[in-house]
Amino acid sequence: MTDQAYNFAYLDEQTKRMIRRAILKGLAIPGYQVPFASREMPMPYGWGTGGVQVSAAILTPDDTFKVIDQGADDTTNAVSIRSFFERTAGVATTTATSAASVIQTRHRIPEEPLTEDQILVYQVPIPEPLRFLEPRESETRKMHSLEEYGLMHVKLYEDISRHGHIATSYAYPVKVEERYVMDPSPIPKFDNPKLGDMAAIQLFGAGREQRIYALPPYTQVVSLDFEDHPFEATKADQVCGLCGATDSYLDEVIVDDAGGRLFCCSDTDYCTARRAQGHQGPAFLDSEAVA
Amino acid sequence: MTPLLSVNGVTKRYGAHIGCADVSFELYPGEVMGVVGESGSGKSTLLNCMAGHLTPDAGQVIFDTRTDGPRDTLTMSEPERRMLGRTDWAFVHQHARDGLRMGVSAGGNVGERLMAVGERHYGDIRGKATDWLERVEIASNRVDDRPTTFSGGMQQRLQIARNLVTGPRLVFMDEPTGGLDVSVQARLLDLLRGLVRDMGLSAIIVTHDLAVVRLLADRLMVMKNGHVVEAGLTDQVLDDPQHAYSQLLVSSVLQV
Ligand SMILES: [Zn+2]
Repeated sequence: MTDQAYNFAYLDEQTKRMIRRAILKGLAIPGYQVPFASREMPMPYGWGTGGVQVSAAILTPDDTFKVIDQGADDTTNAVSIRSFFERTAGVATTTATSAASVIQTRHRIPEEPLTEDQILVYQVPIPEPLRFLEPRESETRKMHSLEEYGLMHVKLYEDISRHGHIATSYAYPVKVEERYVMDPSPIPKFDNPKLGDMAAIQLFGAGREQRIYALPPYTQVVSLDFEDHPFEATKADQVCGLCGATDSYLDEVIVDDAGGRLFCCSDTDYCTARRAQGHQGPAFLDSEAVA
Repeated sequence: MTPLLSVNGVTKRYGAHIGCADVSFELYPGEVMGVVGESGSGKSTLLNCMAGHLTPDAGQVIFDTRTDGPRDTLTMSEPERRMLGRTDWAFVHQHARDGLRMGVSAGGNVGERLMAVGERHYGDIRGKATDWLERVEIASNRVDDRPTTFSGGMQQRLQIARNLVTGPRLVFMDEPTGGLDVSVQARLLDLLRGLVRDMGLSAIIVTHDLAVVRLLADRLMVMKNGHVVEAGLTDQVLDDPQHAYSQLLVSSVLQV
């Protein structure tokens, strides 16, 4: 039942049109940050207000909506965004990646490959990849327009000089279609290879910073690196304790009072689906403690 | 020989006030030009006009580019001018922190220009950065330290290394020894003189310090109220100044 006090998906139609124009411009210039007039949303910044506004602008009554937060559908943040759109748009929701037409995400790309019928909406805290070394907005804008991206490699250089390898493991910078350098939001770099050549549309919304950017389907996305320190999509060198997956991104969780630890899929839907298919991880062989 | 830089009638006004007026000169490859004058004489305005930091109201700044020969840098597109700024040109600021990234290691500071022109081999970049630290007398084991941990003199030497690593053909220097202790100044001057000699640098050095131009500059321009009042070979101007203002300038430094 839609809450009658609000327009469909909370935002008024004029605002949605303004956001859609920004999205279309973003799709036309992959990786380019398009300014938009971010609206106050009934949730604090840091709760994905940029992603929420993008989702609000693209959702239709026929959509099925999924929200993931660090791979999980059941965190407070994910639950509150999902219920927000259940309430204001009356859309169907799901936790199954394949059943969703619009997926809003914070910090992950689903393990299951997405299709041309799907849209992935990222919540972005800091859209500007150059900010780390150049705080002046006027200057970073100029650097983007003139393709002056040496500074991005200074950041990676600093990483190697300090840690012996590129230690940046989240928000790892990429170059889009050999033109714009883009911050992929704080997804683990393990997910970076999925950004490129993806069948689904990818939209990035930064609420506080009032920026939208986008990757149309099948866009070339390359992670920056050095010849002698090539990019690696690393993850913990373990298998999922629950489903035995060897190819998924793993979280390390504490499972009992004795400090017992378990590696398991960060994508809970992926893990659940694998277990439903009968896959079992080593945790089930070791103990029955893990449910 | 084609001049490396031809400055023709460069004029910059700030409203009714004259920054610099109708300045013209030529700089040949391997030459160091000193520009001296008091603060407010227009020497810094002139430097910033030549380096592309300020847009003059009139004049030309013609640079002999590698690919296309002499070109007026004032009518170049901004991308071309910025490219020049990180390849063939270098700019040493008076305050090292204006020319350094204080949050980035010494190696990263020196390596930035290399990465800006497309170098993508970490080991090579680091190797060149380390070489350059040694050339400016900074121990190579400081390569991973931030400039915030360096003394003022070291910061200035680091800024010079950062500027020279790509082998620029023209270096602009704005009071490179300003704000440093006298003993530190002497060491920096020695170093600069060595680099100028070894690399055959072409440079334009703006300073109020006649000792700096005496040591580094082949030729000298004296500026007052935005105008060049005297120009010539450094020794000639310093030993036998013709203009009354130059005489005043020279005598006042001799008293110090
Ligand atoms: Zn699993």
